[in-house]
Amino acid sequence: MAAAKEIRTKIGSVQNTQKITKAMEMVAASKMRKAIERGLASRPYANKIRSVIGNLAQANSEFSHPFMEERPVKRVGVIVVSTDRGLCGGLNSNLFKTVLTQLKKWQGDDVEFDIALIGSKATGYFKRVGGNIVSEVSHIGDAPSLEQLLGFIKVMLDRHESGQIDELHIGYNEFVNTMTQQPVIEQLVPISRGEIERSANHHWDYLYEPAGEEVLSALLVRYLEAFVYQAVVENIACEQAARMVAMKAASDNAADLIDELQLIYNKARQAAITQELSEIVAGAAAV
Amino acid sequence: MQINIVSAEQEIFSGVAEMFFAPSADGDIGVYAGHTPLLSTLRPGEVRVKLADGDDEAFYISGGLLEVQPDAVTVLSDTAVRAHDLDEAAAIEARERAEKLMQGREADIDYASAQAEFAEAIAQLATIQRLRKRGGR
Repeated sequence: MAAAKEIRTKIGSVQNTQKITKAMEMVAASKMRKAIERGLASRPYANKIRSVIGNLAQANSEFSHPFMEERPVKRVGVIVVSTDRGLCGGLNSNLFKTVLTQLKKWQGDDVEFDIALIGSKATGYFKRVGGNIVSEVSHIGDAPSLEQLLGFIKVMLDRHESGQIDELHIGYNEFVNTMTQQPVIEQLVPISRGEIERSANHHWDYLYEPAGEEVLSALLVRYLEAFVYQAVVENIACEQAARMVAMKAASDNAADLIDELQLIYNKARQAAITQELSEIVAGAAAV
Repeated sequence: MQINIVSAEQEIFSGVAEMFFAPSADGDIGVYAGHTPLLSTLRPGEVRVKLADGDDEAFYISGGLLEVQPDAVTVLSDTAVRAHDLDEAAAIEARERAEKLMQGREADIDYASAQAEFAEAIAQLATIQRLRKRGGR
């Protein structure tokens, strides 16, 4: 019965693993719901800011700011939003692949790049592949606050202001639905004018307090920060969704494995009984 | 007059009000319906909304932006206190982490800080246990 015992131990260990993956699946499901809610909660702010900038663009046709001006591109900045933990399927590697393709394209166009990383998975990856990492933040948790990202974002915006980078992009996973997460790269700076919704025509201007330039730059910085924050929150929703799916697959695989092992175990048990019986019968016959 | 107070993380208030007060950059202001369009930065302080039924609702904000339209007021509230040197310090921190990363020494440092935290936690636990014993619990 030695073989049977071994198989039984194996079934036990697979069952334990299955318990863990099942628990992780359920935890991920509830965290995903919360992350989606958080994403929705941050939407009014971004929408309001966009409409204020839209009003501003309407009211003042010559309104302009370094964040809105196109300039010849010699060097770009890329923010890569990743997760802190693994076990979430191909979420991070798909994103990194997309980012690498874009980096290669820039390299082909003789455009240099600076990289800014969110999450320890990106940190580990880009440390290995190399590249000029200029800003990093990780361990922001499941419920990040904007405050945790401010310094990180400022590094990149300062680089743009001082002319070290001419464009700023952000790569993150877009939450399509629970089963699908789409890696995307979007341009943050310069802010495309099409991005700013143009409401009805009107011919008034704001009173500015303090000067217009100052208010505008505060507004644009907050707009960019809100954009990054939303990307981070969305990426967290993606992480949880991907983890849920991955853990569900793992639980199913474990169940299959247990069924198979159970069958082998039964066979081994029966073989042992048959052998014992035939030994007894043979023994009796000999007497 | 429609009032919306939003922060990057959540919607704080949305509703109809009679009057609105806020600490604008150049001094406290009160807004009635029909105000000239105004765009202003806000200082940290109290934003007050006087509802139609005469009740007041107050919110503390740590700065942000205010947009006034004749029929609507929008407050884009900051979630954190923003000061130039505070932001600067956070930025320097993010940059330094990146630099450390580039030197490839992050793992060691993480380990050291984890160990320090662990030692601290153990010390705290020991203190709690000692206190409990003394308290006879």
